[in-house]
Amino acid sequence: MVRPYVPTGGRAVPTRRSLDLATLLIPVRDKPLHGLDVHAFRVMRHCLPGTQSVAEVSAHLKLPGAVTKVIVASLVDSGHLISRSPAPAAAQQHDLGLLEAVLHGLQNKL
Amino acid sequence: MDSRTSSEHPSYLASGVARPVKVVVLGPFGVGKTTLVGTVSEIRPLTTEEQMTEAGQHIDDLRGLESKTTTTVAMDFGRLTLTEEMVLYLFGVPGQDRFAPMTKDLMEGALGGVVLVDTQRISESHGAMDLLEKAGLGYVVAVNHFPGTPRYAEEELREALDLEPTTPLLYCDVRQHGSAMAPLIDLVKHLIRRARLLEDSP
Repeated sequence: MVRPYVPTGGRAVPTRRSLDLATLLIPVRDKPLHGLDVHAFRVMRHCLPGTQSVAEVSAHLKLPGAVTKVIVASLVDSGHLISRSPAPAAAQQHDLGLLEAVLHGLQNKL
Repeated sequence: MDSRTSSEHPSYLASGVARPVKVVVLGPFGVGKTTLVGTVSEIRPLTTEEQMTEAGQHIDDLRGLESKTTTTVAMDFGRLTLTEEMVLYLFGVPGQDRFAPMTKDLMEGALGGVVLVDTQRISESHGAMDLLEKAGLGYVVAVNHFPGTPRYAEEELREALDLEPTTPLLYCDVRQHGSAMAPLIDLVKHLIRRARLLEDSP
């Protein structure tokens, strides 16, 4: 267990606020990893093979969600990761196209 | 690299999936949230830890965290790829009032919620319904039917739960795949009805 205040180095950047546990993290593979601190490097090494959510990165690396968000935010800001967050609830509620796609997706899994 | 590593690491999403949606599953301890998530999920359910201060304040600033007394809350989640570009995340969240700040955070950006009910302790699900209503999210109420427990008439249950007439209510067995999917499908149908109403109203 890593104490929350160790890996973040006290950084608190605004990108963090846009990150959700369900935010998808898409790796940018041509970004060099040198210069990253040990925690950012560890997150990047996990993210490089493919897309996963913040929650999955948090669970696999056994980092608390809030800590994962801080580390991920810095990697988004440095261009190592591209983030795709869920749309705000208010927007989704009016988005019939989205809701119908979700419904069909679910029904196809039956 | 993509195709090879994705088969070596099946837990990564297919490339092209770039649109996440999420649904929260709320209810009292032991009602079957984790079972529902596990039954529906394409990956083994995972756990992420969130930290809250004793005051119930969600951690917003990591600086000075060491000086605060924190409670760690474990949240189980799973995922289901719905289309070539969309993936659904399901989060099981404790419904108790003391977790409300964390639940509120998680409800941000959610499509809606599933409130699980155990008929032996109906009142324990009221807090979850309040939170969803305050967040303006649509939800369905799903009674996780434990074998050997009494089945109540729908009217009786609706009254005990104090449900809006439009809120869907259903029985399910969260251990069965089709039955565990039913609350999700009913939820999205409910959300579509709501969206159509919003569209029709001036």
